Amino acid sequence: MSKANIAFYWAASCGGCEIAVLDINEKILDVIEKANILMWPVAMDTKYEDLKKMKDKSIDVCFFNGAIRTSENEELAKILRKKSKLLVAFGSCAHEGCIPALANLFNKKLIFDRAYQETETTVNSENTLPLPSFEVKEGEIHIPEFYDTVKTLDQVVDVDYYIPGCPPTPNIVEEAFNKFLAGDLPPKGAVLAPVKALCDECPRKKKDKMIETIYRVYEKEADPEKCFLDQGIICMGPATRSGCGHQCIKGNMPCTGCFGKTPEVTDQGAKMISALASVLAVENELTLDEKKVEELVSKIKDPVGTFYRYSLASSFIKRKVIK
Amino acid sequence: MEDFEPKIIAFLCKWCTYAGADLAGVSRLKFSPNAVPIKVMCSGRVDPSFILDAFAKGADGVLVGGCHPGDCHYAQGNYKTLRRVKLLKMLLKDMGLEEERLRLEWISASEGNKFREVVNDMVVKIKEIGPSPLKMEE
Repeated sequence: MSKANIAFYWAASCGGCEIAVLDINEKILDVIEKANILMWPVAMDTKYEDLKKMKDKSIDVCFFNGAIRTSENEELAKILRKKSKLLVAFGSCAHEGCIPALANLFNKKLIFDRAYQETETTVNSENTLPLPSFEVKEGEIHIPEFYDTVKTLDQVVDVDYYIPGCPPTPNIVEEAFNKFLAGDLPPKGAVLAPVKALCDECPRKKKDKMIETIYRVYEKEADPEKCFLDQGIICMGPATRSGCGHQCIKGNMPCTGCFGKTPEVTDQGAKMISALASVLAVENELTLDEKKVEELVSKIKDPVGTFYRYSLASSFIKRKVIK
Repeated sequence: MEDFEPKIIAFLCKWCTYAGADLAGVSRLKFSPNAVPIKVMCSGRVDPSFILDAFAKGADGVLVGGCHPGDCHYAQGNYKTLRRVKLLKMLLKDMGLEEERLRLEWISASEGNKFREVVNDMVVKIKEIGPSPLKMEE
């Protein structure tokens, strides 16, 4: 049997997804036995020119991690789409925008002002800012353009499959690799992880939900046996896909939602708001006037960061309106 | 923006506010035609994603109408709506949308006039702040 050709690429990401590939440990050797790696910027020196020279569809599967932040990210997404039979959004950034997409609460100007001028450690008296093109005596030089809005991979090119997680967990990665190498694939557009919410696999004791008040993680030492929501700590479990092996829960930290929405849901944050509002102070809801409700919900200090930490770019609103 | 006519999506509960809107109609009250009514069984049926979807698709405002506290046909649906809308308002503020664009009102089946006033008032306020910035981005 001829070997499959695979490629990895990174766009706007932290590099954690590259490590996630290696987290499958010695099983990577099985992958290499069955596949040639044509491109993998973190480990191999492949030039963009070589990639452009490849025949269309010569890569069987391309695992693309990272969100689309610059014109370089977008250009490579388009090239890799052309060169690949299957394009897979690998990890939360490519899937739903993830942490880079929280920059959608700002725009290019605000980000540049902060990064190149305002930060306490910055000295930039000449006010030097990155420019897409610049004239030097040898000619004009270029760097990629920085966009106002971070996008998900499927907002710029057609995507065949999604592997969720920040980063994807080894069990999910291994299972996905096996599926691709065996050609045993679900319908196009599928997220390669279980379909149920995280609460379904969570081992903590749950009761009928009644949250009296909301605590931030540092304000209360959580009982490791009991459901976080029952203790008043916001856990994204009800609105998040399972499959991660509830690692954060095991570490006595609530889920923050990196596996993204469950199928049939368009907007993860909206679903969490719905779930939370239904159980928040439900035992004395008849006596709550508007003011008390406002007081209660104001305990959530960062609504976007709480409900959309990983999915802002793929949410309905997508970015903050900045006038 | 003088000829700007706001588009308002109105999710109205079947038992109270929709009946109130009906009453405004059969009483031949004259009011702004900007609200597009969508009948739901209960204001508690209005999922936050309906509201965000409406904004994402270019609605200038969203009105949620339910029964007065204590009057909900399903006992407590409207209490849940209140908390949902408050959470959503916090979210919309963080996303840079004006608070006036989302409004929750308790309007009973006998309050045809209140329905008229709420819609008229909402149209005036949204005309002041202008079209939804999400619409302009498209």
